Amino acid sequence: MFEKLQERLEATFKKLRGYGKLTEDNIKETLREVRVALLEADVNFRIAKEFLEKVKEKALGEDVLMSVTPGQQFIKIVYDELCELLGATNKPLDVSGSPPVSIILVGLQGSGKTTTAGKLALVLRKKGRRPLLVPSDIYRPAAIEQLTKVGKQLNIPTFAVPQLKEPLAICKEAKAYAMKNGFDTMIVDTAGRLHINDEMVNELVDQKKFLNPRETLLVLDAMTGQDAVSIAGTFDAKLGVDGVILTKLDGDTRGGAAISIKAVTGKPIKFIGIGEKFDALEAFYPERMASRILGMGDVVSLVEKAQEVFDERQAKDLERKLRKDEFTLEDFKDQIKQMKKLGSLESIVTMFPGFNKVKGMINFSEAEKDIKRVEAIINSMTMKERAHPNIIDGSRRVRISKGSGTSVNDVNNLLKRYMEARKMMKKLTKGGMKGLQRQLFMR
Amino acid sequence: MGLFEKIKNGLAKTRDQLVTQIEWVISGKPVDESVFDEIEEAIILSDAGLETTEILMTSLKERWKRGQVKTSEDVKKVMSEEVERMLSGVEVPATANSGKPFVILCIGVNGVGKTTTIAKIANIYAAAGKKVLLGACDTFRAAAIEQLQTWADRLRIDVVKHAEGSDPAAVAFDATKAAKARGIDVLILDTAGRLHTKANLMEEMKKVKRVVGKELEGAPHETLLVVDATNGQNAIAQAKTFNEALSITGIVITKLDGTAKGGFLLPIAHSLKIPVRYVGVGEKIDDLIPFSAKEFSRALFE
Ligand SMILES: Nc1nc2c(ncn2[C@@H]2O[C@H](COP(=O)(O)OP(=O)(O)O)[C@@H](O)[C@H]2O)c(=O)[nH]1
Ligand SMILES: Nc1nc2c(ncn2[C@@H]2O[C@H](COP(=O)(O)OP(=O)(O)O)[C@@H](O)[C@H]2O)c(=O)[nH]1
Ligand SMILES: [Mg+2]
Ligand SMILES: [Mg+2]
Repeated sequence: MFEKLQERLEATFKKLRGYGKLTEDNIKETLREVRVALLEADVNFRIAKEFLEKVKEKALGEDVLMSVTPGQQFIKIVYDELCELLGATNKPLDVSGSPPVSIILVGLQGSGKTTTAGKLALVLRKKGRRPLLVPSDIYRPAAIEQLTKVGKQLNIPTFAVPQLKEPLAICKEAKAYAMKNGFDTMIVDTAGRLHINDEMVNELVDQKKFLNPRETLLVLDAMTGQDAVSIAGTFDAKLGVDGVILTKLDGDTRGGAAISIKAVTGKPIKFIGIGEKFDALEAFYPERMASRILGMGDVVSLVEKAQEVFDERQAKDLERKLRKDEFTLEDFKDQIKQMKKLGSLESIVTMFPGFNKVKGMINFSEAEKDIKRVEAIINSMTMKERAHPNIIDGSRRVRISKGSGTSVNDVNNLLKRYMEARKMMKKLTKGGMKGLQRQLFMR
Repeated sequence: MGLFEKIKNGLAKTRDQLVTQIEWVISGKPVDESVFDEIEEAIILSDAGLETTEILMTSLKERWKRGQVKTSEDVKKVMSEEVERMLSGVEVPATANSGKPFVILCIGVNGVGKTTTIAKIANIYAAAGKKVLLGACDTFRAAAIEQLQTWADRLRIDVVKHAEGSDPAAVAFDATKAAKARGIDVLILDTAGRLHTKANLMEEMKKVKRVVGKELEGAPHETLLVVDATNGQNAIAQAKTFNEALSITGIVITKLDGTAKGGFLLPIAHSLKIPVRYVGVGEKIDDLIPFSAKEFSRALFE
C-alpha cells in the first residue's frame, strides 16, 4: 500500500514542480492523494472530507517555499493540521484527589482492556502509587482469572472475590477494601461491550456513578475501521470519556481511527499500546501518529528542513532575479551553500519521493565532488566575473582553473552548463531554480 | 428463529446504516449522477476500501448509462447483485468429513474472537453428534487456557492442555495424538493471537502446523482465520499475510452484531477467494451462523 502511495505521489510531484502560490489547481492531485491516504488509513470518510475542506481553505493562497513543490508543501500543511488535531503529547493520568482514586477502562470486546489495566498499574507503581487491580468482567469466561494472573505476574494486588457476581457490588467491595488497606488508586477493568448495547452500557453508567472515577478511559483497537466514530461517539455520549488508549499499534495498521475519535470526541489520546507485554505502553506523540497515518513522513521532514534553511526574503529576491534573468554565478554559489545545509546530496535526494527511482543511477560521491568543484571554480572568479560570466575569456579560464585546482575543461563545462541553464530558464517562468540545479548537477 | 432471520438480525444494523444512507440519498427521486457520490460514501463507510468501492461504482455507473438503473430500487438491486457476485464464490460451507480426526487450526490477530468462535464451532459439531476435542495452544495470554476450559466444561468436551508458557507446538502434537487415540471426529486447536507483522510468531505458527501435519497426514484440514468486523483496512493485510504464511482455507468474521459492517470481506473475497465459513453475531454459544453470500448481500441492500 505504502509503495503504491509513493508511486502515486511521485507522479503527482512530477507535474507540480515550481513555485508560486498554492492554488486550487496545483494542489488538486495532491489533495486527491491525501484523501486516498487518509481513507486507506481508516480515517472516517466524513471526518476526512471535512478535515481536508478546512485545510484546503486554509492553505490556498499561501506562498510556496521555493525549495519544494506545491504538492509537497500542501502535504506539510495537512501534516501540521493533523498534529494539531491529534492534540498534545503525553497527557498524564489524572490521579489527583482523595484516595482511593479510580480509573475505569471501557471499550469493545477484545480491544485490550485487561492487558492495558496491567500496563497502567505498572506505570502508576513507577510513579510511586499503590494501585489495586479490580476485575469486574463477570461475562467473559475466565476474565477475572486473567486479570488476577496479570496482577500476580506484575506483583500487583488484585481484588478478586469469587462470591461477588455483580459489577457494581464488586466496585463497592473493592473500594472498601482499598480504603482499608491503603491502596491509593483503583484500576477497574470492565467487560467488553458494544456501544449500542444499552443494557450493558447502563451497567457501566452505574459503576461510574458509584466510583466517580478521575479517568474514564476508552480502550480502542488501533485497527478499528470506519466505525470508530460511532464507537467513540457513543461511549462518550452515554458514559463520558476522559481519554483514549489506542492499542495494538505494534502492527502495520495506519491507525486512522486516531483521527476519527479525536475529531468526534475531542478527548486526548493518553497512551498507545505497542505490544502484549506489560511494559509495552507509550506516551502518545501526535507527530509520529500523523506521519504514520499519512505514510508520507519523508516529504514532511524535507519540507521542514527546507523551511528551516531557506530564508523567505532571500527566496523572493532570487525569484525576482530569475524572472529578470539576473541570476549570476554568485547567486548560484549561495544556492549551493544553502543546499548543503539541507544535508548530503544523497540524503536530500532520498527525501524526494520522485527521486527514489533514479537514486540507484546517481553516483553520489561523484556528484558531491562535482559540487565541490563548482564551488571552487566560482570561488576563483572575481566578483565581476561572477556577475557577468560573458566576460570570461580564454585567459581568464586558464587563471580560474589554476586558482581552483581544476582543469580548463572543468571551467568550460561549468560555464557551458550555466549558459544552457540560463537559456532554459528564460523559457521557464516557474521552477527555474530546480531546472537550473538539475542542469548543472544531474548531467 | 430461522437462519435468514438470524443473519438479518445480525446484519440489521449494518444494513440499516447502509440502506438508510442510500435511501436517504435517493428516496423516491430518479437516479442522477449527483447521487453517486453519496452512494460511494456509503460503501466506503462499510470498510469495503477504495478499490472495491471503485469496482462497485464503475459497474453501477455503466449500468446507469445503459439505462438499467433508474430508481432507488434499481440501485439496491445492482449493488446487491454485484456484492453477491463478489461473494458467491466464497460461500462454501464448512464440512468436517475429509479427515478423521478432522483438525481445525484457528488463527488470527489479538482479541478477534478465536476462542469464543472455537467454542461455538465445537457446539455445532457436538450438537450434530460428533466427538469433539479442543487443544489449548494459546499458552501465552494470561488465563487463555482457563477461558477455553470454561467453554469446554459448559459443552462437556475435553481439552488437551499444558502449563501456561509452554510450547504451543507441543500442545498441538499431544492434542492430535490424543484425538487419534480417542477416536475423535473433530479436533479444534486454539492459538494465541498474533499480529501478522511479527515474523517470529508467524514462524511459531508454521511450526504448530508442521507438527500437526507430521502427526496426522493431511492435518490441519482447515486453517481458519478469524477476523473482527470492527477492523478496517488492516483486515485485508491480515488475510493476505496469514494466507501467505499459513495457507488459510477458511475465514470467520466476528462481531457483526455491532454497527461495524465488515465490508473488507469484499476485497478479501475478491483477491484471495478463500471460503468464508461463518459469521459471528454475539457472545453466546449459538451466535455463529453459516455464511451466505445471498443473504449477506440481500441483508445489506434490501
Ligand atoms: N500486539 C498487541 N496485542 C495487544 C495489545 N494490547 C492488548 N493486546 C492483546 O489483545 C488481546 C485482547 O486483550 P485483552 O486485554 O484480553 O482485551 P479485553 O477483552 O479488552 O480485555 C490479547 O491477546 C492481548 O494480549 C497491544 O498493544 N499490542
Ligand atoms: N459482540 C461480539 N463479541 C464477540 C464475538 N466473538 C467474540 N466476541 C468477544 O470478543 C472478546 C474476545 O474474544 P476471544 O474469543 O477471547 O478472542 P481471541 O483473543 O481471539 O481468542 C470476548 O469478549 C468475546 O466474548 C461476536 O461475534 N460478537
Ligand atoms: Mg478483558
Ligand atoms: Mg483466545
